[in-house]
Amino acid sequence: MKPTELDHAGASEVFNQDEPYVNWHDETLWFVRQKRDKAAFKLPEWEALRERASQIKSYGLSHMDELLEEFERNAIRNGIQVHWAADAAEHNQIVLELLRKHQITHMVKSKSMLTEECHLNEYLTGNGIEVIDTDLGERIVQLRQEPPSHIVLPAIHLKKKDIGDLFHEHLGTEAGATDPQYLTEAARQHLREKFLTRRAALTGVNFAIAETGGFVVCTNEGNADMGAHLADVHIASMGFEKIIPKAKDLGVFLRLLARSATGQSVTTYSSHFQRPRQDRDSKPQEMHIIIVDNGRSTQLGRADFRNSLKCIRCGACMNTCPVYRRSGGHSYHNAVAGPIGSILAPNLDMRKHADLPFASTLCGSCSNVCPVKIDIHDQLYKWRQVLAKEGHVPASKNMGMKVMTTVLSRPRFYQWSGKVGRAVMRALPATVSNSLNPWYKQREMPQPPTESFREWYLRNRKK
Amino acid sequence: MDSRKKILDQIKANKPQPLPSPAEERFDARYADLAETFGEMVNTAGGVAVLTSTWSDIKSHLFATFGQLTNRATTIPFLADWADFSLNVSDPHELEMINVAVIEADFGVAENGAVWVSEKHLTHRVLPFIAQYLAVVIPKHALVDTMHDAYERVNIQDTGWGCFIAGPSKTADIEQSLVIGAHGARGLTVFLLDEQPNPAL
Repeated sequence: MKPTELDHAGASEVFNQDEPYVNWHDETLWFVRQKRDKAAFKLPEWEALRERASQIKSYGLSHMDELLEEFERNAIRNGIQVHWAADAAEHNQIVLELLRKHQITHMVKSKSMLTEECHLNEYLTGNGIEVIDTDLGERIVQLRQEPPSHIVLPAIHLKKKDIGDLFHEHLGTEAGATDPQYLTEAARQHLREKFLTRRAALTGVNFAIAETGGFVVCTNEGNADMGAHLADVHIASMGFEKIIPKAKDLGVFLRLLARSATGQSVTTYSSHFQRPRQDRDSKPQEMHIIIVDNGRSTQLGRADFRNSLKCIRCGACMNTCPVYRRSGGHSYHNAVAGPIGSILAPNLDMRKHADLPFASTLCGSCSNVCPVKIDIHDQLYKWRQVLAKEGHVPASKNMGMKVMTTVLSRPRFYQWSGKVGRAVMRALPATVSNSLNPWYKQREMPQPPTESFREWYLRNRKK
Repeated sequence: MDSRKKILDQIKANKPQPLPSPAEERFDARYADLAETFGEMVNTAGGVAVLTSTWSDIKSHLFATFGQLTNRATTIPFLADWADFSLNVSDPHELEMINVAVIEADFGVAENGAVWVSEKHLTHRVLPFIAQYLAVVIPKHALVDTMHDAYERVNIQDTGWGCFIAGPSKTADIEQSLVIGAHGARGLTVFLLDEQPNPAL
């Protein structure tokens, strides 16, 4: 499935055409959610940890400028070069300039949702730089020329047959081979050659520590480390909200992150970069960190939505979301999909992402699993109010709301409408049971009752 | 410099009222048998834990397990006669040939089976990742309960680079099937050493 111009509902409809596939997608993600539960329930202090993480992030948001300056000071002292990018374009330019300065035309990259948000790959490719994504899932979607569908599990929308076919075409694996072990081995060989020959590596940042001026990158595959430790130039890109005050805070966040993401007690590699590498007999490695705003400081000013900046990108809200599981990541047409993506995206572009806060049942499961206790479903609801006020809601929905307001604010009219509605539904079911009525999709309309509750109550009250 | 000022100014203007630092709270998980829990968690993470070893046990284990492989490297002087690959190289790319590397680590974490590996014990940062198989030796008494204890024990500023490693490299990016050996080590053995860390050679 290619990224699409359809809105979330439209893209979900396409996604739902293949029922067994949707069921598989739904169950696969639910399985990950269950693994999260098992890991979380093993820790009696789980809820206290979430609360603590949330408080640390609240503290961080309220001291953000001071923490960033402290981080910068310490990073420079450590020999790391610090850059600031106000928006995506500036971030991409900084990366390109660094590569050009070293005459580097080939780069490896480990997972960074920020670079997805900035569309870095397209920009660099357009400027003659080859970028290879080295996380297996990301390499898979890159070869398919599509974006990741999940921030932690980029290729979760694909079946092993899709990947077998893809690798047969691009990596020369046997036709029809679908064994994950075999396919992963092929990718290992293919990417090892890239690690060994690329002079620049870009990584994301999971946590940047103000107190130490260092940063932590978490992977299971080891691809961030393979890239960074072999490259002459290591560039790490971070949204400014990745800052945490103290090294000891990592104890809280690393306990929460992997358990929330995949149910592991910790990622295989939690790599702490403090100073550039110094190989014997050679110049020290260059280590750069790019601190990116790209709308985050605006979000920080929206009191109702600033808590979205606490996100540590574990993906738990996606795995649990009944809408995400049945609509797929690509239907959100945004670098970050799912519930968290739906509260981050409208900040960047309200018009383009006006559909996303409506891609939710508001069931609240996302908020319940969030390791930093973001009130995701409340924010989804609040975005709806903002979007309607700013005129970003479709005319039909607006009109429907106005009609409902008229009906619901006039009790007599409401009673009369109900009566007429029930009578019409009984006499002419086709007026509601037809494809023009969105409630009729995938379900039969219920038999209308003969009377309303109010009528029943009035009749029975005196008895 | 312009963007730096612009970003910081906007953050200053938009940030919420300053909050005090959250109250200190200890999360004291204490395991009855640290080594046993640690071993279980190493296994859960896909590794192998050898819970009690002397240096000579380790050496025999390494000969038995990896004896048939060439390009064996170690940073540990006592195992020098087991190794056949010198780490005395300046370019880390030359380590690509290594089939098995044995290194030391400071300590392990019982709750997740991770070991803290840092530059202090390494000739090259890439060594634990580029070797096909990895073995790590930690002193048996050097186990802590949780990550909170781990960060009390380690000062990350003492090293240029350090990493918690829990099990071998792995991925589940193809239909959620767990595959060991994505880009880093295909196998991880952790030895808990029950004698002096630096024996006379």
